[in-house]
Amino acid sequence: MSPTQIAALAAGGAGLVVLALLPFYADAYYLSLAISLLQFTVLATAWGLFSGPTRYVSLATTAFFGVGAYTVAVLGEVLAWPLVLLIATAIGALMAMIVGISTLRLSGLHFVIFTFGLAELVRQLVIWYEVNKTRVLGRYVFVDITQNDIYWQLLALAVAVFAIGWLIARSRLGFALRIIGEDETVAKHCGINVTLAKVTLFAISAVFITLVGAIMAPRWTYIEPSIAFNPTISFQVVIMALLGGAHRLWGPAVGAIPLTLLFEFLSARFPSTSTLIIGIVFLLIVYALPQGVTGLWERVSRRKSEPPVAPQVQT
Amino acid sequence: MTAASSAPVLEVSGLTRAFGGLVAVNAVDLAVQPGQIVGLLGPNGSGKTTALNLISGVLRPDSGSVRFAGQAIAGMPAHRIARLGLARTFQLVRVLNGMSCAENVKAGLAFHSPPLSRDEIDKSVDRLLRRVGLADRAGIPAAGLTYIDCKRLELARALALKPRLLLLDEWLAGLNPSELLIGIELIRSLKEEGLSILLIEHVMDAIRSLCDRCVVMNSGRRIAEGRPDEVLADPAVIEAYLGVSTDA
Repeated sequence: MSPTQIAALAAGGAGLVVLALLPFYADAYYLSLAISLLQFTVLATAWGLFSGPTRYVSLATTAFFGVGAYTVAVLGEVLAWPLVLLIATAIGALMAMIVGISTLRLSGLHFVIFTFGLAELVRQLVIWYEVNKTRVLGRYVFVDITQNDIYWQLLALAVAVFAIGWLIARSRLGFALRIIGEDETVAKHCGINVTLAKVTLFAISAVFITLVGAIMAPRWTYIEPSIAFNPTISFQVVIMALLGGAHRLWGPAVGAIPLTLLFEFLSARFPSTSTLIIGIVFLLIVYALPQGVTGLWERVSRRKSEPPVAPQVQT
Repeated sequence: MTAASSAPVLEVSGLTRAFGGLVAVNAVDLAVQPGQIVGLLGPNGSGKTTALNLISGVLRPDSGSVRFAGQAIAGMPAHRIARLGLARTFQLVRVLNGMSCAENVKAGLAFHSPPLSRDEIDKSVDRLLRRVGLADRAGIPAAGLTYIDCKRLELARALALKPRLLLLDEWLAGLNPSELLIGIELIRSLKEEGLSILLIEHVMDAIRSLCDRCVVMNSGRRIAEGRPDEVLADPAVIEAYLGVSTDA
């Protein structure tokens, strides 16, 4: 390892300790804000794991998030917490594989619309089941999980999503996905099982999103389908990842942090018009920063350090 | 990879594929013997590229059989056919623009089964780039290459699969006369190494100097087969390219 890598690792470790100790020195408001920040950081990074290299825009975030939350609502009081999370992982992975196998042959716009429809489909199924079988629309989540526990679990999940993203980028799977993102036909003729690669990554990304939903569920105490399957989350995650730049592992987090703060501020100051402003922010980002902040930063730093033939850095 | 065996590397019989009412490839037979270069000729729209897509697994044939190195591959997914050692280039050159030249070649090396070691991959990247004349371009982005260099890079990526059969779809098209000579020599040198090649080509000089045999297609059907000079003198072939002469 080079000295800069060691320094980065040490800084990262120190930063992690500071973050892990946050519940001991922050008040309830800042803890709650930190939970939101971590939630969106994990969601956007997990979204970018799949959508960054493949360039498939998924609006299914809320489908997996809601399924995670409902797993807790149904099983939270019955089973031990680690077991609940394990089951959420399995359900998220299984659902992603079924969805992936049936839809990842769709291209571009068709995939976007399908994933948006998927979230709605899952929500309607849950509503149908609750109304017809359990005869109540909402559920109470009474589990022994404090805000501090939620915070620490999300922090651990954030570390895991970055670690796995880093490992994938260095693996054959990561290389395969970059080729698929460039040209799927070429990828097939290089011997890449394109469907398997895409479904695998879609499942990994979905598991993280499902786990965020499961971990966040105890925060609400009461959930119903319109809370758990809120389509706004899907769009917010896409905006965050695009602002940061989904082609880099740390790009979505760069977008998640300022936008979480912005949305938090907007919903407090302008509760009735915040959706409108979010929409305008979305348009501005897509038009002004198509490659995201990381893309802009790369262009600027490349212009400074001529010649432009510098070898591409992988993330 | 043994050129000694007499069984054909590729044996296609009765290959058929229709799109709606249009039969793009109609009961086509062709064979490539080990170490041979076979040319697939025919006017535009005669079904040559569709035939190549059927062989390489982009499309599924409606009927007919494709045997590659003794194995039935008709209808197999493209990535499995590629892993068996059937490589191709594309009519409209396809390089991975967002990657360096070295990474483009690595794309063809990284998914062998069994997988190659990291060391083998690095060595092969250098060897293949040198082989096609791009030794000094390893680090530069593929997006910055000239047209002929894109073609070279695409060929290097195809060769990276360690193919037993190479399908070239108008690989020589669009090259200027001096580049054409370089291109022809490059293909000839591949044949001398024992590689079998099926190529779609319109450049007559290349066909005459490279091909051992030619198959000519028109409107999805095979209309002629034989040595290049025989085939190019065949009245049916001349008619397909130039139309019927009025005084016939």
